[in-house]
Amino acid sequence: MSVLVIVEHHQGQLADSAARLVAAATQLGGEVHLLLLGQGLTEAGEQAASLRGVDRVLLAEHPLLAEGLNDGVDRLLAQVARDYQHCLMAASSHGKDLLPRLAARLGVEMISEVTGIESADTFLRPIYAGNAIARVASSALVKVLSIRASAFTGVSGGAGGTPVERLPVPDLRCRTRLIERRAVRSARPELGAARVVVSGGRALGSKEQFALIEALADKLGAAVGASRAAVDAGFVANDLQVGQTGKIVAPELYIAVGISGAIQHLAGMKESKVIVAINKDPEAPIFQVADYGLVGDLFSLLPELTAKL
Amino acid sequence: MKLLVAVKRVVDFNVKIRVKPDGSDVELANVKMGINPFCEIAVEEGVRLREAGVATELVVVTFGPAAAAEQLRHALALGADRALHYVTDEPLSPLKVAQALQKLCEQEQPDLVLLGKQSIDSDNNQVGQMLAALNDWPLATFASAIKLVEGELQVTREIDGGLETLGMVLPALVTVDLRLNEPRFASLPNIMKAKRKPLESQPFAALGVEPAAQTRLLGVMAPAVRSAGVRVGSVDELVDRLRNEAKVLP
Repeated sequence: MSVLVIVEHHQGQLADSAARLVAAATQLGGEVHLLLLGQGLTEAGEQAASLRGVDRVLLAEHPLLAEGLNDGVDRLLAQVARDYQHCLMAASSHGKDLLPRLAARLGVEMISEVTGIESADTFLRPIYAGNAIARVASSALVKVLSIRASAFTGVSGGAGGTPVERLPVPDLRCRTRLIERRAVRSARPELGAARVVVSGGRALGSKEQFALIEALADKLGAAVGASRAAVDAGFVANDLQVGQTGKIVAPELYIAVGISGAIQHLAGMKESKVIVAINKDPEAPIFQVADYGLVGDLFSLLPELTAKL
Repeated sequence: MKLLVAVKRVVDFNVKIRVKPDGSDVELANVKMGINPFCEIAVEEGVRLREAGVATELVVVTFGPAAAAEQLRHALALGADRALHYVTDEPLSPLKVAQALQKLCEQEQPDLVLLGKQSIDSDNNQVGQMLAALNDWPLATFASAIKLVEGELQVTREIDGGLETLGMVLPALVTVDLRLNEPRFASLPNIMKAKRKPLESQPFAALGVEPAAQTRLLGVMAPAVRSAGVRVGSVDELVDRLRNEAKVLP
């Protein structure tokens, strides 16, 4: 019995989701092996080896893998994953892209966005934008699961001494070419892992006025999020969208400003520990999930709140 | 270039769904149904490629109950050329849908398959990726822009850190994201015209896909309900409660 966990890394550093994935893998029982794909993985590999509960770290290094393209990678992974009972990856955009390809290569049905593990073959996952939770049992030979990282609490550092091995990587036959990657750089914490998230909606009115959200976020050391309406209106980049089709977050504190609270947005944030809503419409659905609601004009309330923190 | 787009009939995105009292599944009787929003965006993109002269034929397909013909007629009204309906009442797993689409790709030989990135009922986000692997085709998921440049398909994708653009050879598969386009409304004349467009109906079994059935739905629960919170009267009260009651601020 062993679990293969494909973990991600950014600029040589292990992704925050890795510790949460290890926590999920630990619940399945058996050895936990972490696999990193890329190039120049030594530092991230050491970080992976330092997580409690990890039995082995595998590094697959290849110049093509450094680009982060998944074309051909599923074929390589299928050879590795065949020997495991479970294969896990975060339900990030990378994981969502790669894991179903791997499952198809293995000829198995996969289970997406797992939020709970009842046993080695029984899992919980949200459906219908989080308005229902499905309990599913899998009889697949390899259980391929994408994990909603925000639903698990990460493991801490371990004793060390975990072996790190390099996997031989054959020719990948990548038929896809990376033309351009425009990363949105931010000094703020990563949205998916932030302790506090401040999100703005359409009511902010403009890109310039969205700066009010950023000012509050910076005061709190928080990540900035947005509703789909704010993204579509061009106030912020789309990778800040919180919701069914954007990021799923579960911070300690979520502050929703000028967001009505459509089903699709709630799907992305309603597991937050404390929710604050600031909205001028007292009937807005966001107030039905908010622990603290403040009705009023955000253009006066937001600067006041920022000033008083 | 020939395009294939698959569409799914799902509960309308505005419906607040309910779990059946016996916890066996979600209540779907007498609930408003519609085309999955992501599938509609895929159809719209297909129609635009057709109108731009990039594509010569746009075929739409669905696997689902008899009533799913409505969604095919909707796709035809938006501008698809013909429709294929493989009728089944059983729920299909993403793997099975991908296997059925693979059979269809063998029959229809499309150059490009466009799919929604996920259906808003099961929220799996799997079919396109699985089909690409089964077909052994290049794939771009979560597309927010698609163009054909000198025979190369260039797709801009929405990824966690921002955007990336990939180039790939055809045949290829693309799953579409919300920001790719805004689907048009089907006009009444086009709805009337769509009634005369070819819609071929066959049993799902005709595709010869055997059930994988490795996943069993044991039950469905309503999510934990958040208790209604309190309204605060001022910013001062809010800050005070966040500090001293919720203890989420220092």
